[in-house]
Amino acid sequence: MNLLQTLKIALRALRTNKMRSFLTMLGIIIGIAAVIAMMAVGSGASYVISQQIASIGSNIVLVIPGSTTSGGLRTGSGGAQTLSSDDAKAIMAECPSVAYAAGTVRTTGQIISGNMNWSSVVMGATPELFDIREWPVVSGRSISQQDVDGALKVCLLGQTVADNLFGSADPVGSIIRIKKIPFTVIGVLDRKGQSPQGQDQDDVVFVPLRTAQRNLVRAQRTGIVSAIIVKAKSEELIDTAENEIKSLLNQRHRITNSKEPDFSTRNLSEILAVAEQSSKAMSLLLGAVASISLIVGGIGIMNIMLVSVTERTREIGIRMAIGAKKNDILLQFMTEAVMLTVMGGVIGIALGAGGAVVVSRLLGWPTMISVQSITIAFLFSAAVGIFFGFYPARKAAGLNPIDALRYE
Amino acid sequence: MGDQQFEALKGVSFNIAAGEFVAIMGASGSGKSTCMNIIGCLDRPTSGQYLLDGLDVAGMDGNQLADIRNQKLGFVFQGFNLLARTPAVENIELPLIYAGLGAKERRAKAMEVLDQVGLAGKEFNHSSQLSGGQQQRVAVARALVNKPALLLADEPTGNLDSSTSEEIMALFTTLNRQGITIIMVTHEHDVAAHAGRQITFRDGRIISDSN
Repeated sequence: MNLLQTLKIALRALRTNKMRSFLTMLGIIIGIAAVIAMMAVGSGASYVISQQIASIGSNIVLVIPGSTTSGGLRTGSGGAQTLSSDDAKAIMAECPSVAYAAGTVRTTGQIISGNMNWSSVVMGATPELFDIREWPVVSGRSISQQDVDGALKVCLLGQTVADNLFGSADPVGSIIRIKKIPFTVIGVLDRKGQSPQGQDQDDVVFVPLRTAQRNLVRAQRTGIVSAIIVKAKSEELIDTAENEIKSLLNQRHRITNSKEPDFSTRNLSEILAVAEQSSKAMSLLLGAVASISLIVGGIGIMNIMLVSVTERTREIGIRMAIGAKKNDILLQFMTEAVMLTVMGGVIGIALGAGGAVVVSRLLGWPTMISVQSITIAFLFSAAVGIFFGFYPARKAAGLNPIDALRYE
Repeated sequence: MGDQQFEALKGVSFNIAAGEFVAIMGASGSGKSTCMNIIGCLDRPTSGQYLLDGLDVAGMDGNQLADIRNQKLGFVFQGFNLLARTPAVENIELPLIYAGLGAKERRAKAMEVLDQVGLAGKEFNHSSQLSGGQQQRVAVARALVNKPALLLADEPTGNLDSSTSEEIMALFTTLNRQGITIIMVTHEHDVAAHAGRQITFRDGRIISDSN
């Protein structure tokens, strides 16, 4: 008996009991649809997370000042003014694993343009910062080394600030006032979107670092920066770069074993790893739930196949009497079971993919249905059919033809 | 009961030649069904020999027996035993599927025997759309489609009224004249009268053989 014939016979048997076949399939349909939808939504979510993390810039180590004690009060970390522009320059010059290092200062202030005003974050930056954060301008130009060296009163606007102060007009060349000091707008930055913490990264104004240090922030000494952002040369070198920075700064700040360091470093790849781990754990959990539903669906199929074998005992007897071998009967019932699960699998894949498209549209995520997940779901549904169809099929094949023919 | 063995057939020995039409008779429990099962290669004798077309069936395994049933035997049952919701012609093709024939060849052979049993034009009717007599004709056609050496009929008229029974018997007689060997189990004397030879069983023994 050839395969095509077996498939035809199985299809006929399933069509004989359409409603029953459909209900039997339902368990598999739900299981597979859940797997496909969850995998698609899950990978969409982790894509969004990794995009957000990548928007900060890749391979980044953050150096922030330690805490300080003044009048018995300890500030939190980052409170001390222990890092300087020179530290940033030294890191870039002396740490071999570091590609860029940029000192920044950060303040907030009211920004005024004509009769519009907007409160935003103002950051002092060097040109390296925009390399580190992979953040180009969409109009005008970025901050140059000359701007920093000359402490020129120029600024770059984030998209949110540009929208709120200028609407659709091009701000390049306009004069705005930051903390009442006039600045010339030299460029507008590309849109970055939300940070992993949900902050609007475009609600920012950049000015040359030295301009900010002189005019916008109060400091105990000149050249103080509130953080140094470092980009390692590659992902593998992040940890090496972090260690090089620590030993360099320990040296520069004369930190010995008895003295607590006046700075700390943070590795952004750690955040990425945590995010990846949690999305992995999530997928695993969803996968477990889906496999349970597939197992339950498989048991349903086994149950119905057993009923079907009993109901069709006479048919099995007839087939055996006219020359069907044990293997023919085994194959027939196995094919029916596999056909049920595979059809359920295909319907489930279609439903799951549809569901994933709807969900990702609603959330504004990209739809990510991988060929891999479809293949796995398809093969898994076939495997469920083989596994749960075997016992009933073996029972059918093991019938004695005389008893089967006499069965009422 | 238990370990006690029940001998359904004792010291039974007979020959059936090619081209014969034999009726096996007897009350229920007389051993005629066991005899038919052995002749039909559905059962094997505990001891003794059964030669079908010169082949000793006793030493064969399940698959070989299935092949013998497929190639050399045709079964007609009391309850017709057609597949439900399946067109007549596909019922008839069933043995050919297990014989491994292609679709075209199957259809041609099935149509041929369908014509032989007088059901031309009914090939796509399902069994529920056929009368009892027509259903039994489909069953006969299915039994004949593989050109068997032997047609086995177990109470072929048991579920039919007397006029339809006559039709089926007339069909059997015609087939027998065409050279098909027929063994038929029945408990009705007027049905058995159509056969050329009657063998009667009682308590597992042959009590009469008209040969």
